[in-house]
Amino acid sequence: MSDRSFPPRAWAIAFAGIARRETLRFVNQRGRFLAALVRPLVWLFIFAAGFRAVLGLSITPPYQTYVLYEVYVTPGLVAMIQLFNGMQSSLSMVYDRETGAMRTLLVSPFPRWFLLASKLVAGVLVSIIQVYTFLAIAWLWDVRPPVWGYLTVLPALVLAGLMLGAMGLFLSSAIRQLENFAGVMNFVIFPMFFASSALYPLWRMRESSTLLHDICAANPFTYAVELIRFALYGQVNWLALAVVLGCLAGFFGAAVFMYDPSKGLWARRKGTA
Amino acid sequence: MTAALEIDHVSHSFGRVTALDDVSLTVPRGGFTALLGVNGAGKTTLFSLITRLYDNSSGSIRVAGHDLRRQPRQALARLGVVFQSRAMDADLSVRQNLAYHASLHGIGRSNAAARIEAVLAQVGLAEKSGDRISALSGGQQRRAEIARALIHSPDILLLDEATVGLDVKSRAEVLALTRRLIADHGVSALWATHIMDEIQPDDDLVILHQGRVLRQGSAGQIAAGQGLTRAFLDLTGVAAA
Repeated sequence: MSDRSFPPRAWAIAFAGIARRETLRFVNQRGRFLAALVRPLVWLFIFAAGFRAVLGLSITPPYQTYVLYEVYVTPGLVAMIQLFNGMQSSLSMVYDRETGAMRTLLVSPFPRWFLLASKLVAGVLVSIIQVYTFLAIAWLWDVRPPVWGYLTVLPALVLAGLMLGAMGLFLSSAIRQLENFAGVMNFVIFPMFFASSALYPLWRMRESSTLLHDICAANPFTYAVELIRFALYGQVNWLALAVVLGCLAGFFGAAVFMYDPSKGLWARRKGTA
Repeated sequence: MTAALEIDHVSHSFGRVTALDDVSLTVPRGGFTALLGVNGAGKTTLFSLITRLYDNSSGSIRVAGHDLRRQPRQALARLGVVFQSRAMDADLSVRQNLAYHASLHGIGRSNAAARIEAVLAQVGLAEKSGDRISALSGGQQRRAEIARALIHSPDILLLDEATVGLDVKSRAEVLALTRRLIADHGVSALWATHIMDEIQPDDDLVILHQGRVLRQGSAGQIAAGQGLTRAFLDLTGVAAA
């Protein structure tokens, strides 16, 4: 018999098992790794090169001098990797639910919040591997933040990844079928990315449209981008940190509620899990 | 001695649709209990309640004496489940899948390695441990699913239409394996099916129809000399419909 009372070591074993499985799946899906890298690199190499000529950037924190557009857009592309990774995790959870693999996770005797949190953290670890690979390539492209920035950005990557992953987790509980995932791409990922400070500073947005600026300012993804941007230069954007932490708590709480067997939509559905 | 599984006056609805209506049944320890019902009878919903994918809105479920709502950890730790659809990761090997499921029960690597050897030997897949799930035949995949369900040494196995989609030979193998596990290892089993041939006269039988238990008893007694198919059709009124 396995230990029924679960000492602390058993929780660590369960987390390590979930993390190992996510890593193995990631390693087995090399196409996913390449796709996750190619997407931001296309933006960096092609889109940013074109925009450099037409978009002037004044000095805005955390930058202390004029920066090339490639430098400005890099934190946004880092957040983009994490956004897509969060959605990829969401997609895999919907797929697992359709195939039945999700059931084996949810019938584990560990609490459901712990299982979901473990899956979330494991997904973030995978996204951080992708981010550092991207940053290494960007370095070769002359996007060179301070060396210590690569270290100080790590907590921001963890928090932003957790927030975006929790959002994906919440979405996965609400999506009924895999086919509906295309809608998520159109109505969540693209609007979140474009209506944010990832590609343009918010003051630029205001010049164009106050309404658009306000939408961008209300977008949680903007704060994930800014948290990463400041952390990459050894600074903390406290507003961004507060918003990311708040959204993380909100999205994760909503996801746990939705996956609860006695509450949420999960309990009212037939044939799920 | 407490029963392996006790379901007492359980009901469940999806919105206005009643899926289970005042269901009560018992699975004795070390026995094979067949849960017979046509598609849509409520078998999968019942399994979802027993595995706590949903909470039951009324009644109680006890696994090896542990109330599922008040002691979910203890109850779930005693359950091994084989779902109707594939639940293992097709891209991972049998061993990797089993190690993952061992971790979901808090079993560490060294213990897990020993358990994996043991359960693979029990289901006759010892030589396939390094193969990917996608490389196994349908029957082998089901046996791997049973190995997964056994990894934490549960008291009771729940098998939801475990032979669906298998050819006759694989179906017979999976059924024989389950019966052997009961005989050799004292595991109890609740075997949901709609196939009469899988039930033997000595088996404990529960007939579920339109969310209600119509009969529980030995299959031989329920058949009452007229054959199980005839008895089932008479009880459910399916033939008349």
